[in-house]
Amino acid sequence: MLGMNKNDTRMLLLVAALTMLAPFILNPFPTDSGLAQFNAGYPDLMQRFVIFGIFAIGFNILFGLTGYLSFGHAAFLGVGSYSAVWMFKLLAMNVIPAIILSVAMAGIFALLIGYVSLRRSGIYFSILTLAFAQMSFNLAYSVLTPITNGETGLQLNLDDPRVLGVSQTADGSIPVTNLFGLEMRSTFEMAVGPWAFQFNAGYYLCALIMIAVFYLSIRIFRSPFGLMLKAVKSNQQRMNYTGLNTRPYTLAAFVISGMYAGLAGGLLASMDPLAGAERMQWTASGEVVLMTILGGAGTLIGPVLGAGFIKYFENIFSKINESVLHSWFSVLPDGLEDLLVTLVYPFVGKGWHMTLGILFVLVVVFLPGGLVEGGQRIANWRRNKKAGDNKPTGNTEPAE
Amino acid sequence: MDAILLQILNGLDKGSAYALIALGLTLIFGTLGVVNFAHGALFMIGAFCAVTVQRIFSISFETIDENQTDFLGNALVVKTPYVEAWFGAEMGGAIIDWAVPLAILFAIPIMVFVGYAMERGLIKHFYKRPHADQILVTFGLAIVLQEVIKYFYGANPIQTPAPEALSGIVNVGAIIGMDIVYPVWRIVYFFFSLMVIGGIFSFLQFTTFGMVVRAGMADRETVGLLGINIDKRFTVMFGIAAAVAGLAGVMYTPINSPNYHMGMDFLVLSFVVVVVGGMGSLPGAVLAGFLLGILESFASMNEIKSIIPGIDQIIIYVVAIIILLTRPRGLMGRKGVMED
Repeated sequence: MLGMNKNDTRMLLLVAALTMLAPFILNPFPTDSGLAQFNAGYPDLMQRFVIFGIFAIGFNILFGLTGYLSFGHAAFLGVGSYSAVWMFKLLAMNVIPAIILSVAMAGIFALLIGYVSLRRSGIYFSILTLAFAQMSFNLAYSVLTPITNGETGLQLNLDDPRVLGVSQTADGSIPVTNLFGLEMRSTFEMAVGPWAFQFNAGYYLCALIMIAVFYLSIRIFRSPFGLMLKAVKSNQQRMNYTGLNTRPYTLAAFVISGMYAGLAGGLLASMDPLAGAERMQWTASGEVVLMTILGGAGTLIGPVLGAGFIKYFENIFSKINESVLHSWFSVLPDGLEDLLVTLVYPFVGKGWHMTLGILFVLVVVFLPGGLVEGGQRIANWRRNKKAGDNKPTGNTEPAE
Repeated sequence: MDAILLQILNGLDKGSAYALIALGLTLIFGTLGVVNFAHGALFMIGAFCAVTVQRIFSISFETIDENQTDFLGNALVVKTPYVEAWFGAEMGGAIIDWAVPLAILFAIPIMVFVGYAMERGLIKHFYKRPHADQILVTFGLAIVLQEVIKYFYGANPIQTPAPEALSGIVNVGAIIGMDIVYPVWRIVYFFFSLMVIGGIFSFLQFTTFGMVVRAGMADRETVGLLGINIDKRFTVMFGIAAAVAGLAGVMYTPINSPNYHMGMDFLVLSFVVVVVGGMGSLPGAVLAGFLLGILESFASMNEIKSIIPGIDQIIIYVVAIIILLTRPRGLMGRKGVMED
């Protein structure tokens, strides 16, 4: 279907079903039950899932296919956010022109940075991209304040021109982002028994875009172009010896992944129209690296899983505080309860970054293929067990 | 003229920190071939060694002084640090006052141990893996170390003053008949870093151990074939590199109050320094550290900022980009090392 083989079609349909039904899937616990805090089915978080999914899918096109590890991708996300907010300030509150501009701007930036950075490979490439990203971050914080509004971040104002829209609504407030009149923040709530499911317009826009770009990335992975990129990853020298100039291919991959990042930035700003320089900091670039590796670099579905995983833990894990822990362990005797709370507490709540770091180290050491490889290993193990033959499989399937 | 000299001084003390961290990074890269993203975290742990030592020295016991009363009329509770009780008020007070320099003695064994544990426990498994994996695993490790420190010491910067005798300012220009007033501690920091750098270089140059390490850096395989356990020596060098970063951190605390993410802030810059100096070149790292420090402080002069606004924020990166594109092996890098 649509030029994909059966497996890919199944995967695309799976992703589509998951994102479309996310308000149900992520809301498994009744609203007033004790486990309700594990529900992730509220619009803000669901938007983040898919937006960072887009970001990670794009990053994976560069890192997963070519093996070039960029530590500066957050810069493109930041550029996208700033351009989108400027579009809201100057043109109209419709998200379409904003998103188009943010993708285009990020593409131009990626072309410039990529053209210079791709002259080097390996660790030098990582450091060059890092240097460029830190440069943009520093500039956004200091000299470019007229464009970026420095530390405060770029926000909408009541006196913005908005040529095609209104500066302020009838009741004197800032207009909200919309898609031809459909407000991004409008949410339809459906109460089924004790559950409350929320369907948010902005989320569904992001989800549709994510499915589209996911499809695009499948096509890129399976195209001759994608094959060329994989060849660059496995042996660039040999490619050069065959007389082929690999740079246009890597540059194209870099620009595409930069545009994905810009799209994610534009969507972030469309959901919540403000942009700050901290989105460009190198730790933010590190985050997308974490997502991709955790999910499985070079696989199609991995980055999406990784992004969802990290964003879920960031929002849900970090909400668990000491009193919640005490209520969980309250069945235990007092001394044991306190002991367990003291043992667990450093890893949840404010300390969830520690859990993330430990998890990340473990994944890099033991599961270089990320969650996807973990899943495949379990699947293989079960298949072998079922087949009942003791012969070792020898080679596992490549993580694709 | 005064202004220029002042900027050079400013650059030297910032450059000292860059040079020390970059030296450690290069030692690790030159010996083990590992790109250590956790090096900034080692710098930070060093700084928190100073904080810990100061806190330990200040542990006090309380006594009730019947002769004095506080403003409510109750007997006054006097806090006396244990060190004052043991060594007498004067000596004890001096020990507390000099906590930061004394922390060096504690920091060296701790940092060597941390470095040793890091290498044996984690990094040793990554020699055969690509550089990207090394970057990733050390990046994860840096997050963990940072969070551990944050858990124990909180997220706020902790004031750690220098000894009173060294915390004032001094007119360094007086010797040459000019008027340049400068904080004493920063000058101390500069000379301290020179001492550490000199120590490392003479250790490598004049001891048998250092000679073997240098030989291993040049050709690891041959040294191994000669029956020398080079891995063991490289592990020790990792410990020493960690100690250098830690010492840089200890002495940096009075200049900038340590917080848990100070390492990350320095890490990016130190990497740039290493690249500019040349991957694996020790003199290059030191030279580039001081050079970039001075360059940065010149770029932050108002005269220059008025010509090119914002240059002070990006000068180091611009230099790094230019160097990488025109001379990828860096200022003093050997030909053929990582030159792709």
